[in-house]
Order: sequence, then C-alpha cells, then structure tokens
Amino acid sequence: MRYLPLTEADRREMLAEIGVAAVAELYRDVPEAARLPGPIAGLANHRGELEVDRLLSAMAAKNVTAGSVPFFLGGGAYRHHVPATVDSLLQRGEFLTAYTPYQPEIAQGTLQYLFEFQSQVALLTGMEVANASMYDGATACAEAVMMANRTTKRSRAVLAGNLHPHYRDTTATLARFNGFEIVAGDPAPAGKEDLAGKIDAATSCVVVQTPDVFGHVHDLTALAAACQAKGALLIAVVTEAVSLGLLTPPGAMGADIVVGEGQSLGMPLSFGGPYLGLFAAKEKYIRQMPGRLIGQTVDADGRRGWVLTLSTREQHIRREKATSNICTNSGLCALAFTMHLTLLGETGFTDLARLNHAKAVQLAEKLGDLKGLRILTDGFFNEFTIDVGRRANKVVNKLAKRGILAGVPATRLFPDSDGLTDLLLVAATECTTEADMDALARGLGELL
Amino acid sequence: MTNAKTISGHQGLQMDEPLIFELDSPGSSGVDLPPPPAVKSRLGAVAARNGVGLPGLTEPEVVRHYTRLSQKNYAIDAGFYPLGSCTMKHNPRLNEKMARLPGFADVHPLQPMTTVQGALELIDTLAGWLKTLTGMKAVAMSPAAGAHGEMCGMMAIAAAHDHRGGPARKRVLVPESAHGTNPATAAALGYSVEAIPATEDGRIDLAAFKAKLGFDVAAVMLTNPNTCGLFEREVRELAEAVHEAGAFLYCDGANFNAIVGRVRPADLGVDAMHINLHKTFSTPHGGGGPGSGPVVFSEALAPFVPLPAIIHDDDGYRLIESQDDDDGTALAFGRMKAFHGQMGVFIRALAYTLSHGADGLYQSSADAVLSANYLLAKLKGTFNAPFDGPCMHEALFDDKSLKGTGVGTLDIAKALIDEGFHPMTVYFPLVVHGAMLIEPTESESKRSIDQFIATMKGLAERAKTDAASFHAAPILAPRRRLDETAAARKPVLKWKKGA
Repeated sequence: MRYLPLTEADRREMLAEIGVAAVAELYRDVPEAARLPGPIAGLANHRGELEVDRLLSAMAAKNVTAGSVPFFLGGGAYRHHVPATVDSLLQRGEFLTAYTPYQPEIAQGTLQYLFEFQSQVALLTGMEVANASMYDGATACAEAVMMANRTTKRSRAVLAGNLHPHYRDTTATLARFNGFEIVAGDPAPAGKEDLAGKIDAATSCVVVQTPDVFGHVHDLTALAAACQAKGALLIAVVTEAVSLGLLTPPGAMGADIVVGEGQSLGMPLSFGGPYLGLFAAKEKYIRQMPGRLIGQTVDADGRRGWVLTLSTREQHIRREKATSNICTNSGLCALAFTMHLTLLGETGFTDLARLNHAKAVQLAEKLGDLKGLRILTDGFFNEFTIDVGRRANKVVNKLAKRGILAGVPATRLFPDSDGLTDLLLVAATECTTEADMDALARGLGELL
Repeated sequence: MTNAKTISGHQGLQMDEPLIFELDSPGSSGVDLPPPPAVKSRLGAVAARNGVGLPGLTEPEVVRHYTRLSQKNYAIDAGFYPLGSCTMKHNPRLNEKMARLPGFADVHPLQPMTTVQGALELIDTLAGWLKTLTGMKAVAMSPAAGAHGEMCGMMAIAAAHDHRGGPARKRVLVPESAHGTNPATAAALGYSVEAIPATEDGRIDLAAFKAKLGFDVAAVMLTNPNTCGLFEREVRELAEAVHEAGAFLYCDGANFNAIVGRVRPADLGVDAMHINLHKTFSTPHGGGGPGSGPVVFSEALAPFVPLPAIIHDDDGYRLIESQDDDDGTALAFGRMKAFHGQMGVFIRALAYTLSHGADGLYQSSADAVLSANYLLAKLKGTFNAPFDGPCMHEALFDDKSLKGTGVGTLDIAKALIDEGFHPMTVYFPLVVHGAMLIEPTESESKRSIDQFIATMKGLAERAKTDAASFHAAPILAPRRRLDETAAARKPVLKWKKGA
C-alpha cells in the first residue's frame, strides 16, 4: 500500500522489540467479540491512483459545472474568479499540512497570515476586532447570538425574516437545545420589516442581513440606535463579502457584532463547503468572543512575532466554561480569503465590487424589459429577486434542461413558507458575461 | 543561527517578512479587471463607502510574501509531527487533485438536483463507507469539524429524550481525561457536566461511574481509545449500564485511527460518534481547518439525524432539506450549518478510503498502533510511562523522570524544535502531570521513528547536566520563545496604521 512506509521486516522487528508475536496482541484490551478477524467483508480492497481517479472523475462528470453554462445562482454562495496564484500558494505543503499553531516558534507563517486576515476582516466590516475564523456564515451567526446572550445576560433573539433561512435554522437549532428564545420574522420579499418594534427588555440581539436574502441593501443606522436604546446588540450578517468593497460597512452603521460568509473571496463553490465564517466585534466584547484569536508579541530576542492569545476563553483551557466549543475552524479557507484579498488590494477590491454591482444592474436592465416579469428589489448589490409570474422552480428546471442555471427559486430556501412560489433570486458577478445575460433573458422570454 | 546578525534581517533561507500592510504601494494590485459596464447605480438608500484601507501589492510581491511565510511553518510534508490526538498523517496529493475537479469544485449547492447527481452520489458513497466501518445505522454528514460533530450527536440525544418524554435529564458524565470540547459541548446545550474519575490504570472507574449514573443522566461522553492512549476495556459493561439507565453513549471519535477497519463502534455499544475526517481520513489540517465531523448513529438515534438528508431511489439521488413524513425526516432535529456539509473534505476523504480499501484500512490502523507501541517500548526506560501498555495509536509519558533536572515538559518540546521535530502534544491529558502524548501515525517510516527515539533519549541524557540549554530553546527556529503573557495582557489583534 503506497501510503504505508513500514516494511514486513520493520513490522517483525518492531513486534520483537515490543515483545509480542503479532499485532493482534496489541488489541487485547478490545473486547474479543468486537475484534474483527480480517478486513470488513463486502467492501472493496485498496486501489491505485489511476483507478481512484477514474471512479471519482466519473462522479464529477455527472454534475453540471457552473462555468460551463450561463449561471446566475447566489443565495449565500457566489461564483467569483479566484486568481491562479491563490490555489497555487494554498497548496504549499507548509500551509496545507500544518495544524493549529500550538508551537508558535515553528508556526509563524500560519500565525502571521491569520493576523493579517483578522486585520483585513476588521477593515472590511468596519469593526475593531475579528477572530481567526468560524466554520461558515451560518454557524458564525449562531455563535454571535450566543455571544450576545452572554454579554447582555438576556435570552431572546430577534431574527429578521430576510435572514438567510439556513442561518436562521442553524441558530434556531442551537436555541432549541441551549434554551434561548427566537423571534423570527416571516420572509419579506419586498424588503420592508419592522425589526425595531420587536425589541423589548428581554431582547439580547437583533440579527439582520445586508444585502438580505432577497438582495435588498439596508441602512442599519436607525436599527442600531433602536437596539442601543433598549440595551440589545445589533448583529449584522453579510453573506456576500465582495459587497463590503462598495457598501458602507455594518460597523460604520453601528453594528456590535458582524458575522458573515467569506466564500466569495478565495473559495470555489464546492457544492457548499468548506467555506469560511467571518466574525468581528467591538473591542469591548472581546472576552466573550468565540474562536481563536491571534495576537502580536515579541520573542526572547525582542523580535516581533505572533501567538494564539486570550485562550482562557477557549474549550481546551476553560472546558465547560468556555465561550464556545469550537476547536478546528477554517484555517486554510482563511488563507485563501486573505491571499485573494491581498492580490486585489484596495483598488482591486473596490473595483471588483463596483464591477459586480454594474453587472447586476446590467442584468436587471435586460430582464426588466421582459413581459410577465417583475423585479422586486430596488436597492441591491449583485443579487436581486424577480417575480416570474409562475412557479419559479419549474422555470428553473426547464431552463436547466436548456443549459441555463437561472438562479435560486425562493422555495428552495423557504420550502415551508407560502406566497414565494413565483420568486427567483438571480445573481451576477464579474464572471457573468453579457452573452450569459442575453441567454437568460431569451430563455425567460420564451417561457413567460 | 538566530545569534548571527545580518544587515538585511534575513538569515540565509529564512527571510524576515513584514506584514502586507507594511508592503503597501498605494494603487498597486495583483489583479487586472475589465472596466465595469456603464450603468446607473442601484444601491438604493445606502451610501457607497469611501475606501477600505487595504494595502496594494502586485502578483510577484504577493507570491513572495506567502512563500516566505510558508517557510516559517513546520508541516507533515517536512517532518515528523507526532502531535497526540491530532493524527497528523500523510496527506495524499491525489485527494487534492480530485477535490479540484471542476465537476466537484465548480458546482453550486443550490443547483437543481438533476444537475448535481454526481455530487450527491459522492456524499452518499462516503456515508455508506462510514456506516459500514462503524457498523452504525445512520450518519449526519453536515457537521464541519469534530466539536461540531459532538454538538450534533448531543443534540440528537437531547431530541431523543425530548421525544421519549419521561424525567428531565440534565446531567452529562464526562471522564476527567476528555478533550475540552466534550464538556464545552455539553454545557452549550444546557447540561451540567460531571467528571468521571479514572482508575490507576488510566481508564474509567466503572464502580465510581455506576454510582454517578441515574435517571437524570442524558448521556455519557466517552473517548475510546481514550486520551491516555488506552482502550477502555470495560466499554461494553459501561454501555450496558448507560442503556439500563435510559441514557445514551456518545463516543468522541478523535482516536478512531487506532481501530478503523478493525473494530466497529456499534459492537461496543456506542449510540453516536463523530469521525474527524481531517484526522482518520487524512484530509489536510490546513493550519487549523477546515475539518469535517460526520456523526454516525445507532438505530435508536437514527430518526433524529439533522437535515439535510440524502435519499437514493429509482429517480436517483435527492436532498431532503425540510422535515417530511414521507422522507423519514419528520423527527430530524434541525440544521447544523448552511448547505450540505464540507464537500471538499468529503471528496478527499473518499479518495483516501477508496485508495486504502478494507484491507488497507485494516493494515493502516495496525501500523499506527504498532508504531506507538514500538515508541512506548523504546522510550519507557528513559521517560516515565504512567500506564502499562499496550497502548493504542499514541504513547503517553509524564515528567516524573525529569524531576530534579530543572527541565520540564515544555522544555523538552522546545528542544525538539531545534532538533527538527514538531513537539508532541504537551500538558494534555490533564490527568497526567507534565503529559507528553506522542502519536506517530502509520505514515511514518521506522527510520524516522528511530531518529525521534534517539533524539528523545539524547535529550533525556542532556537534561541531567545542562538545563540551561533547554531553557534557551529553541534557538534555531524562525522565532525563539514568544511572550504569551504580554500578548494576552495588552492584546494587539490587528495591524494599526503608524503603530
């Protein structure tokens, strides 16, 4: 077996050194009835690279790739162009095959890029501090609510109806077992919700997404003031990180915690994961934050370096009193994010955001001319909602047969809500060509 | 080497590298974008922001920056990385290639299901392997890492108790030697956590355990093999007692690498267990993730598996994303994260599994256990092993033999850095004083293990006469010991202009 360096001679010699005749004797503490006498029956035996490559390539070939067709899906995962440099550097073994930087003297590479990552996330979100990543946007959202509960010593969270439903469900699942209360609004495709009116003396936080799941961009300033007046925290959710290159960041609008999905920078769609949870907050809440934090310090010779810090919040030190149970997070995804953002830089990132918005406006202009179709979103970034006047999932399936991946039917995200059957979320990015847009407009025009 | 002062600050191949913010050339970018189409902005009421504050670098500068950073990292690719409980085994590159096939990497999670049949087939195939290897009835694929899997497993247990009714069960029993994630998980779900004491042979004290058991206990969280590197011999008696009390046995599967393909957790009486794909199934640890922590479930817990589920029938594969009686998901307890799980990690794990097959896994776990026992046998005359063998896939030592030398566990770890090894896990498990937990894994050659053994013996010898050299270590790494106290006292968590 190509991955196992021990030779038969090695094994014999090692067994002799240990003083046992066979490896089976090393398993003598396992109850005899549970010891298998040989490889599990009914499973295939080992295979060479070529055979495994063939098997998996055959599976991959059964999927329609986003890059092969006109493609307009978003809904919390966005197709962006990732520069070749990112994946090339990401595959350096020194990054790929290291682990959590427990020994900082030989992990300065990981620690420095995570420190740079934290700095970038703080800038993007307009917040004072950011951690070294969470699993994804949805789990970051649930953790943010737990953090708000701890901070305010209250236990009722108000969730916007236009929060991505996977984020809502992830948070509600935690609420069910942790015992806090969720007040979740109904989806509001027109983009208008009264969240301030739901805040009371028991409210720990309001969770609001911008751009929201239907694409509406929100000014959070008034909501932040309403939260502050009642002693609740404002948690802003961003599922499209590129939007932060163009829109006023949540921090500047008064958010206390900003969480988000970082997939848009550096990560492929990869059928939904692994992605990257972003987590940023005001500095005064830092000791309630979940996850790893990297801090700057000096070594014995006085040279600048970085270490894991404030670990007394974490499970390996505090056990049942930890702020979160998280251990392994999304280190390599954070590296992809920070490398992509470093390549873009100030001008590249803001230009990319402008390009995304312009593409979406161009798409809206092309679709807006179609009969039987209505655009629901006034202010948007790179995604908006259209009413197609008939079942959107059927429209999407028909267009898929014609080789167009048209968008996300609202019912795919909200299977249990009424009144959304005709709504379709469409997104455009720098990858969307004018020919793609024309193909979608033509396809929709023929169906509607 | 660190004492050699150079004009540039570089030292041979070790380059001193500033932060990206200190390399800023305003206006520079490593990406060329086309001009946007001329359209009128439709941002609505929200004003466009006035700059972000990011530095500008060109592509060659970016490549050099990250290449230099990478050279400050220790990694499995470079050397022996016996970090106990973390299973730092070889990461096959075929797996990386497979995860990058456009048919997997360039597929959106919300595409129509007819266009993602291969992706669903891949998840279902891996799920099948995991169920067969563990003997369990069901598997939740979505958890993102081990701790997330623990949460998933414990939520299913809570949901099952809810469904069953009966007395409130608010206690969870956890051995003293458990990973910190276990008590943290139980506490996050509102349970009170109680420690189970250990016997002198490093295992659960079954009598003391039974005395703690009662009808108010929801679950026991057991790590098996445990964090002392030992197999819990009485696991079946323990499981029986747990079940008699109406509770469930959760198993922390972090150490599954010792038994994968040779012992099925179902045969031990386990009700739920997470599997760290980034450990046992070799997906890269990536400097701290991404991981993946699928959870396998017994028949009793299978109805509560969270969404989404995958169904395979005559019409092909389907994702079930909301509760539905017809699809058997009426009791699904909720959702763990967005979308369907760590697909990129699944691909790598399946490539690993298909490469090994049943026979390769049977051999790999044996080699992992053999190597750990070899290390134990060779080093136990030098360092004190608190428990008799055989061990499973990791060997545990304490600091008893260092007593009176002025050299502690941390000093040994730092001296190993100068010797070109990644240190073992230190000061964990907490039940042993000055713990050194060494996990060689099956992908290490005997030559490499022998070199480590010889180094450890040499360090033990040097400790008797030269404590000062240990306190100074490391002196050959990119940095010497870092001041962690200062870092925590006045946290600097981001770059600041002019700071």
